[in-house]
Amino acid sequence: MEETLRASWWSSVAALTRLTGDLGRAEDAVQEACAAALVRWRADGVPATPTGWLVGVARHKAIDAMRREGRRAEKEAAAMRDLGASAPADAGGGDDELGLIFLCCHPALDPVVRVALTLRAVCGLTTREVAAAFLVPEATMAKRLTRAKAKIRDAAIPFRSPDDAERGRRLPAVLKVVYLVFTQGHMATGGDDLVRGSLCDTAVALARRLDRLLPDEPEVAGLLALLLLTDARRAARTDERGDLVLLEDQDRSRWDGSLIADGEALLARAFRRGRPGPYQLQAAIAACHSGAPTADATDWRQIALLYDELIRVEPSPVHEANRAVAVAMSEGPTAGLVILDALGHDPQLARWPQLHIARADLLRRSGRPEDAYEAYGRALQLEPPPAERRFIEARRAELGSPRS
Amino acid sequence: MRYLFLLNRTEDGLPQPGTPEAQAQFSGYREANEAMAAAGVLVDCAPLAPQSSSTTLRVRDEELLITDGPAAEIKEQLGGYTIVRCADLDEALKWAATIPAAREASIEIRPIIDVEGPS
Repeated sequence: MEETLRASWWSSVAALTRLTGDLGRAEDAVQEACAAALVRWRADGVPATPTGWLVGVARHKAIDAMRREGRRAEKEAAAMRDLGASAPADAGGGDDELGLIFLCCHPALDPVVRVALTLRAVCGLTTREVAAAFLVPEATMAKRLTRAKAKIRDAAIPFRSPDDAERGRRLPAVLKVVYLVFTQGHMATGGDDLVRGSLCDTAVALARRLDRLLPDEPEVAGLLALLLLTDARRAARTDERGDLVLLEDQDRSRWDGSLIADGEALLARAFRRGRPGPYQLQAAIAACHSGAPTADATDWRQIALLYDELIRVEPSPVHEANRAVAVAMSEGPTAGLVILDALGHDPQLARWPQLHIARADLLRRSGRPEDAYEAYGRALQLEPPPAERRFIEARRAELGSPRS
Repeated sequence: MRYLFLLNRTEDGLPQPGTPEAQAQFSGYREANEAMAAAGVLVDCAPLAPQSSSTTLRVRDEELLITDGPAAEIKEQLGGYTIVRCADLDEALKWAATIPAAREASIEIRPIIDVEGPS
């Protein structure tokens, strides 16, 4: 039953936002309707159209709330009249759902708040769960969400499904939020394993819904493919102690073959549209890894070419660093080190532990253990998260003591 | 000669509506505004929504760069103002993007509070 409620949450909050013109009010009303559903459905069974039931009840809850407050501002009075009217006209075609996610991911909102707001309003996580995802106290997260909803109201950020031109401009911001939900779950940033795993599930579910709503957008399918191909390795990427296992050391028999097949099929479908973008290319790189039966069989030349293309559509020093690793794997560590050393001059990139980890690995492969030891040390100075720290320390220990 | 007054306040400085403090503040503003209107010097005035509801726009290479909050660029200074009436923030952003300041520096878009209230 909880699952049905969660599946109906997005459309219900979206419909109520359209009806009341206020996201905060919509969330409160749907929350109350869900509480009522838990009681009624347990007694009478789940209705044929759960979302319709929830929207109907939430509508009355919203009217009650407005009456209780006794506020009769012009706008609210109009909303009350609309709410009182017979069955709410469903915009259909997922317009409400798209309107809601584009509202939560509006560029005028702080980027971190977009993620939190989407988790709450679109995915139906409780404020406590959103707070746990960001490792902040619940009260802090509640304040951030309230402030964001106040901005939406005060600045009149509109609720509507964007037209084609606007959707093209703003879709990257929406996809970024879905991607960040996934990485928040995927990365070892501490916190509860259960919370992190469910965040990955949430992101995948969100990407699936978005792909159904926007079937003609290849980047949406590309993002979903990337998440599935990455998520397929979930069981293999940490050991019993929760420590990270390098891609090359992972037990590939523990990768989820059905997720990989799904991801590959989606990616093929996306590429057929002939509009490659950053997510499709990153998914293609992930597919190179998942398609290799052993680490040695990885087609690093192909991966380096895909990174070239990725850097062309989305210039980023992080992609450059990853490309350097691919070049090193196909042409030898020295070729990769030349690229990484040049990147290290960028002060921002020099503070990124991954750069030093990659350098250390290439230095080790080129037979320079002392320099590798030093590079691992520099990565440790940058205070990486605990699981990464244990990984670096273990790698450094393998080198033996320096200058011995 | 016209002058724009920028009335500063602390972000938490607004008293709760309906309290004696809020009423005292309101009548303080009303007295000052009425005096300026009576003297024929007042052009327009309105309170602004909190800074947390503002949005900053920059146009670079024909691309709209939108960020939450006021402009944090210390090398910029207030150089003028425009008041528009729009349906929503997206429409306001569209118009703001046509003003040269969006290309040369930035424009902070801050909602004005409608004090007329329900009719």
